[in-house]
Amino acid sequence: MIKPILVFGYGNLSRGDDALGPLLINHIESHCDLTEIEILTDFQLQIEHALDLEHRSLVLFVDASVACINTFDFSQLSAARDKSYTTHAMSPAAVLAVYVSIKKQTPPPCFLMSIKAESMELGADLGKSAENNLQQACLFVKQLLQEPTLNHWLQQTT
Amino acid sequence: MYSHLETAKNPENLKRVVVDPVSRVEGHGKVTLLLDADNKIQQARLHIVEFRGFERFIQGRPYWELPVLVQRLCGICPVSHHLAAAKAIDQLVGVDPENLPISADKLRRLLHFGQVLQSHALHFFHLSSPDLLFGFESDISQRSIMAVLAAYPDLAVQGVKLRKYGQEVIRMVSGKRIHGTGAIPGGMNKSLSKAERDYLLEDIDQMIAWAAASVALIKTVHESNLPYFDDFATIPTNYMGLTQPDGALELYHGGLRAKNAQGQTIMDHVDYCHYNDYIHEEVRSWTYMKFPYLLSLGQEEGWYRVGPLARINNCDFIKTPQAEAARITFKAHSPGAMVHSTLAFHWARLIELLHCAEAIKELLHDPDIMGLDLVAKGEKRYEGVGVIEAPRGTLFHHYQVDENDIVTKANLIVSTTSNNRAMNESVRQVAAEYLSGRELTEPLLNNLEVAIRAYDPCLSCATHAMGKMPLQLELMDANGQLIDKLVKHSNGQIERLA
Repeated sequence: MIKPILVFGYGNLSRGDDALGPLLINHIESHCDLTEIEILTDFQLQIEHALDLEHRSLVLFVDASVACINTFDFSQLSAARDKSYTTHAMSPAAVLAVYVSIKKQTPPPCFLMSIKAESMELGADLGKSAENNLQQACLFVKQLLQEPTLNHWLQQTT
Repeated sequence: MYSHLETAKNPENLKRVVVDPVSRVEGHGKVTLLLDADNKIQQARLHIVEFRGFERFIQGRPYWELPVLVQRLCGICPVSHHLAAAKAIDQLVGVDPENLPISADKLRRLLHFGQVLQSHALHFFHLSSPDLLFGFESDISQRSIMAVLAAYPDLAVQGVKLRKYGQEVIRMVSGKRIHGTGAIPGGMNKSLSKAERDYLLEDIDQMIAWAAASVALIKTVHESNLPYFDDFATIPTNYMGLTQPDGALELYHGGLRAKNAQGQTIMDHVDYCHYNDYIHEEVRSWTYMKFPYLLSLGQEEGWYRVGPLARINNCDFIKTPQAEAARITFKAHSPGAMVHSTLAFHWARLIELLHCAEAIKELLHDPDIMGLDLVAKGEKRYEGVGVIEAPRGTLFHHYQVDENDIVTKANLIVSTTSNNRAMNESVRQVAAEYLSGRELTEPLLNNLEVAIRAYDPCLSCATHAMGKMPLQLELMDANGQLIDKLVKHSNGQIERLA
């Protein structure tokens, strides 16, 4: 039942632009062939998510980011234990570090798509700017998923 | 007992120590201690800033939204709220529990066992095991699941995988790990496919083995320092929860049973639809949380504990064999009829974890979970009560609707509310026995958090970062002047600011 590609969008649909990750997942669900792709959403990253990386060939994390300068950024992730391990809102790099701790092996190639966000107020709708950023990010991810190889994804990093 | 420490006789002449917020407890909790000139505790209170607005949000909504809506009450136990609401809404569509299709009933039980399994694994391995393995006064950098992963990798991985397995049970039954659907008015919206059933069967024997190992571990930990574990924050109390008609442990549906500290029955086989005739809630001026009590015993004597310790104390037996053997060992540990040790909550919790794993296996081998008769219908009613044993205790959902199916009244009693008085009593005991007359340090104050965490890591039914919040300790005199302040930063560094 495990598919080789995992796309994991996380964030809170009720917190304005924080919804960008789950909204991108919704778009993939309705516009992409999911035969080889598993989609997953959650509010935030937790330790258990390290186990979702098992038996994958490629993993894409998708998150909203107020620190993002461009419309979106696409980068490869490395395992790194950081201070986020003390909370249940972990960074993707820390999730990879947990994978290394648990599995005693290198995680599969993992990438992060950060979509530029501005406001994450509780109860707020998605902002106009974020809506535009989401559209462009969706086009980019659809193109990524049409050629799900490590080399191709590496070439696309920003 | 330390009830005399709830309100000091002369608070104007006392110093105030504030532990705010309580870390690794989800939501906002604050402990205030009033000290006299000799640093003796004169007043100790646990304040839980629980936002009770949900009962108002619900009003005006159509009833069929409730099983999905109320899941937002809690980031750890959404399934418990989902199922408690569903049980109440069954009654609104005229379906009593005995008339629920057998497949729907068993699927809901499977969903609930998955929920309790994942929540108990989170509570013990992620949030409480650092205290038990490294010591209550250990360095703060040690007190996280990542430290457990480094020092006890096999144990930590088992905890992580146990929780993940429970989440997978939830996903298979309800479509998503968090905030899925599943229960609908009068039944369930899908059954389990053979592929889903086989997927869950792959790992269940391993989960049972790990759950059994965790019970052995907590027994060893407890017995390694018996006087300490038996005495820490321990209070003799009444206990309440659901049991089956034959007295067996029950988590999904049964009658209300309450026993006193000596193990004598206060009430038994009570239909929870009439809970208002047996349980009342008292309001106190210094906290948002209510104080429920058994009406027959009154406000002073009628408070009780709920949750794993209450359930294991109250039930006559457990129907799954390994958990029953563990229960017998657990009960034999206590010379009395009931186990009152607050830290024994963890032991009881892991017995239930084992029971859940065994029960999941039984259900996965039951063909009814793949049945297609999933929904019953009946005559509309205007009131429904759903009660379930959530991971941390008995959970009540009570709704009234009008002729247009709009909710006009809602009352929720969550397990934290039922344990409110008991948590305050435990905090007072820890404060009186471990803090009086000693220099105030973060490890000492962590003892208070350890007592609270034995009951509940989820105080406000909200999700806040655990361990990320700085811990502030403030020492003030009776005039409100700050005379000392300790701040625990998110990296574990402690800084004295005053």
